[in-house]
Amino acid sequence: MKGKTFFLNYAYKIFGLFTIKNNNLSSEDKKSFDSVNSAVLRKNTETIDYKKLVTEISGQDPSICYQCGKCSAGCPVRAYTETPPNRIIRYFQLGLYEKALKSETIWLCTGCMTCSSRCPKNFELSKFMDALREIAVKNNYKPKNTNAIKFHQSFLNQVKKYGRTFEFGMIRDYKLLTGKLFQDIDAAPAMFIKGKISIMPHKISDKDIIQKIFKDSSEQKVKAENISE
Amino acid sequence: MKIGVFVCHCGENISKTVDCSRVAKACAEIPGVVHTEDYKYMCSDPGQNIIKQAIKEKQLDGVVIGACSPHMHEKTFRKVCNSAGINPYMVEIANLREHCSWIHDDIEAATRKAIDLVHIAIEKVKYNEPLIPIRVPISKKALVIGGGISGIQASLDIANSGFQVILVEKEPSIGGHMSQLSETFPTLDCSQCILTPRMVEVYQHPNIKLMTYSEIESVDGFIGNFKVRIRKKARHVREDLCTGCGDCTQKCPIKKSAVSEFEEGLTTRTAIYVPFPQAVPNIPVIDTEACTYFKTGKCQMCVKVCGRGAIDFKQQDSFVEEEVGAIIVATGYNLYSIDKKPEGSIYKGYGEYGYGKFKDVINGLQFERLASASGPTSGEILRPSDKKQPQKIVFIQCVGSRDESKGISYCSKICCMYTAKHAMLYKHKVPKGEAYVFYMDIRAGGKMYEEFVRRAIEEDGVNYIRGRVSRIYESNGKLIVKGEDTIAGEAVEIDADLVVLATAMIAQENSSSLAQMLGVPYDKHGFMQEAHPKLRPVETSSGGIFLAGACNSPRDIPESVAMASAAAAKALVLFGSDVLEREPVIAKVNESTCAGCFYCQKVCAYNAIERKIIKDRLGNFIKEIAYVNTSLCQGCGTCNATCPSKSVELIGFKDDQIFAEILALAEV
Amino acid sequence: MNLGYYPGCSLTGTAKEYDASLREVLSSFGIQFNEINDWSCCGATSAHATNYLLSIALPARNLLLAKHQGMEEIFAPCAACFNRLISSKHELEINKNIKLKVEDLYTDKFDSSPEVINVVQLFLQHIGLKEISTKKKIDLSNLKIACYYGCLLLRPRQILEFDDNEDPQMMEEIITAAGAKAVKWDFKTECCGASHTIANTEIVENLSRKIIENAAVNKADLIVVACPMCHSNLDMRQKNILKHNPGHKEIPVLYLTQLVGLAIGIDYSKLGLNLHFINPLPLLNSKLKKEVGT
Repeated sequence: MKGKTFFLNYAYKIFGLFTIKNNNLSSEDKKSFDSVNSAVLRKNTETIDYKKLVTEISGQDPSICYQCGKCSAGCPVRAYTETPPNRIIRYFQLGLYEKALKSETIWLCTGCMTCSSRCPKNFELSKFMDALREIAVKNNYKPKNTNAIKFHQSFLNQVKKYGRTFEFGMIRDYKLLTGKLFQDIDAAPAMFIKGKISIMPHKISDKDIIQKIFKDSSEQKVKAENISE
Repeated sequence: MKIGVFVCHCGENISKTVDCSRVAKACAEIPGVVHTEDYKYMCSDPGQNIIKQAIKEKQLDGVVIGACSPHMHEKTFRKVCNSAGINPYMVEIANLREHCSWIHDDIEAATRKAIDLVHIAIEKVKYNEPLIPIRVPISKKALVIGGGISGIQASLDIANSGFQVILVEKEPSIGGHMSQLSETFPTLDCSQCILTPRMVEVYQHPNIKLMTYSEIESVDGFIGNFKVRIRKKARHVREDLCTGCGDCTQKCPIKKSAVSEFEEGLTTRTAIYVPFPQAVPNIPVIDTEACTYFKTGKCQMCVKVCGRGAIDFKQQDSFVEEEVGAIIVATGYNLYSIDKKPEGSIYKGYGEYGYGKFKDVINGLQFERLASASGPTSGEILRPSDKKQPQKIVFIQCVGSRDESKGISYCSKICCMYTAKHAMLYKHKVPKGEAYVFYMDIRAGGKMYEEFVRRAIEEDGVNYIRGRVSRIYESNGKLIVKGEDTIAGEAVEIDADLVVLATAMIAQENSSSLAQMLGVPYDKHGFMQEAHPKLRPVETSSGGIFLAGACNSPRDIPESVAMASAAAAKALVLFGSDVLEREPVIAKVNESTCAGCFYCQKVCAYNAIERKIIKDRLGNFIKEIAYVNTSLCQGCGTCNATCPSKSVELIGFKDDQIFAEILALAEV
Repeated sequence: MNLGYYPGCSLTGTAKEYDASLREVLSSFGIQFNEINDWSCCGATSAHATNYLLSIALPARNLLLAKHQGMEEIFAPCAACFNRLISSKHELEINKNIKLKVEDLYTDKFDSSPEVINVVQLFLQHIGLKEISTKKKIDLSNLKIACYYGCLLLRPRQILEFDDNEDPQMMEEIITAAGAKAVKWDFKTECCGASHTIANTEIVENLSRKIIENAAVNKADLIVVACPMCHSNLDMRQKNILKHNPGHKEIPVLYLTQLVGLAIGIDYSKLGLNLHFINPLPLLNSKLKKEVGT
């Protein structure tokens, strides 16, 4: 009975048939009703047009997706998330931007491009995911597991400083950011003996240009030329 | 000349951007114009009456109408004038809609342009001459290309009306793809049982000349008067002697090397063969590429066993010329294959499903053959690889269809229905087996179609999973199918024994070359184009050529049958009169000035220019000049533009008419 | 022609045996090349995963450097670097806005840039199958090899059209020319987990394990790769896989350059075969008719 009341109230609200006094709802019903309601309402009061922004950065128009699920079916990390990749696009189609930007899925994505290469509508989901991650980082949306973000930050920090990756520095920064001080500690001796990790970074000579690129790109919002060619 | 000018508002289409009453008033000033009027809908009954009235009252002998494109209503207005008593070719239309109001925003400029357009027409009509339509005899015989269900239906309808039909089919037997099906949706009728009576009716019909194993070689002429050349390919079996006893096919030693086209590659056939037992005509054909005699000169087993001496290795292709009045194209469809495609193809293959290399991944027609009682497995569903019964079958819809990345954006219409049918047939034969269908949408719009699909799900226990399959690969004799159910948001992985792909319906092979031969437009996929998608679905823009069935676009059997009868009706409309009236707007040669250079003949696309010898009164040769065949000329004007001595004129668009228009513009 | 070499960050560190074997093989075949002077990081996954402009600008610097150093073609042995360089080149061609932005950053014009190829293309176009076949000294016919392409050599297919992205065959052609046998297997182009090797190691373990298991089921002795990330995930992480999956069958992973180097008789130590986590030497010793090393 509880579920039915909830559903009916939701339906009436959407189709505006007639209002039901909230007095009839139990407190649990009210909470779930509000959260669903507010998810839909929020669409109308969104201040940033994320749909336009993501289309501009990635050049991909989410409305061409017909939700066939082929991307999710072939995604190597699909099993690790409750929100399959096709649903991320669906959130964008419905205007539920925050759900997409806060999801684990976008940070689990390996960038393997299996989805883009098989999509029947030629939607480049990998590019779309890239744009979502950029928007998430720049607008401070964080998932529960932030390991991947910290890894990327650690990696790029070295490139910013030296122009090339400095693996030792990257791993050091990652461990400090995540607190995983003992991760892969067993592999470390082997890496040193085989000469695969050096303690000193290699610095390129033209460091200024690298600094400039990093500065500009962190401030810039870039327009993409073509949408769904 | 007394000219009447009528300016139509076309509702708001013209009057929104053009001030019609101002146009009418401005034209009243032009010398020769004795009546001007503007009205909301000139093409309507009251509008037409206005014109008729004005003609009678003011004794008009020329009419100019400012309205929509002549493509729309030129015929209408010509009829109006004809019924009011003036020659219909004393009418000129100024296109104030497509050429003016629909393409401009500026009202002042558009109105001035409209006045110019009407002015030009007025000056032209002053030079118009009364013309009489040309009458051409009609050949009351039809040609039907393609002997599938559509071709069969069209042939029977025309033949039963008492007219002769020539039915040309490229395969050794008629029947088409419908003869390969096991059962048809939504009734689950046995396909061959409902088809073969029609096939026999065609074979026995006195009005139908059946030409199987034949192809169209060339088509000339025009509506009512087509000249067709048909190539009868050499069967190497004399049709007049063969009794269809089947001894030759039984004894032919080539059993394994020729792949059976009818069985969609699932089994082999002999070199001398009849495609299927109910073939019409039941006369074998020799596949010269598989036959030992044709390769090495040895064997001749069929000759030895044939009691009638019907084998004729020396037979050649022969040609037949026919004159027909109407042509119906019913060439049907082909199926998209998932094989790797060559460079430059507009389609791509399905690498993610194995590029056709997995034996147990088959298409819909192959499944039909497995399910068919007369098929390679006698109706038992068995895996092609090891002939074991599959316990789990996965059916995948939309393979190729609705897939822009593979080159096909359209929906093939029939797959949702036949997949449900296949799943049901499987469950009826293997009740404990598991059937899964991966779909994106269910398109079941026909009569009893939706109920049919629900029956598969609710009564026969077929599992429908909404989502696509990303990949299929083989592992330990099973096919691993990786898909997704988007409704539940769950990944689905199935270890199937057999996978059936509902591949897209594409155009018949070489449909584009047949279309070019006929002069019929076709799209990038090779489907023949109808004249108008809403109102003229069975006609083409070439008069006298009609379409039936899947050659035009994917469709199922009831629609194809309906379309075939519609095309037959169109042909019968043509045969309803004894003569065809042609537009008299054609070219004409001035015999005095023509020097006989024949440049016009070289450029005429319709072969309408002929040569004529001019003799003096005593019969002595004076000169050979060009002469326009009034039956063939389409009035394109190319000869007119080419002639160096200006001896060819286009009636209705003569030089003095054109110059009058130019001078009228120059004045302003 | 002036052939440029873009090693990429991993070839100077964790994948140094790839760099060593590559130089050995190219020198044996007489292929001349020049390392791009003062090259910088292409940004790899982290750049394109978090910042569009950064992901185009970082590789673009190297393309400009190569152009100014007179190189007509550059090869990048790391599949990720190859993919980033070519994707950046492509974006700069089709997206006018980003091109202007990048030109502004570098105060340089970006109208033409060197062609970018990967190691597979390098072997096919600059060395050739015939050369490899002629020069081979060691009999590799006992070796059954699963060629692993990974993701970034073949996708996005619209830009990297050098081999079929569902059923590639070019690596197989090379190892066949080198005398080894290629096995048919189903995980040629499945993702190994890529950059999750640090942040989400279990994912890499799982995905890589499936790949190695499929190679084993299809009777492969070795896996050959052309990407340092794939190598690290399949080799270094195979140790973790072994730890968590006791029944797992070990399969050594070689670089394509090492395989070809073996075939033409270069010593194992020069190829860096002793630097792997899963030691290939015992297998090679037993399968080849020659003692390769210890």
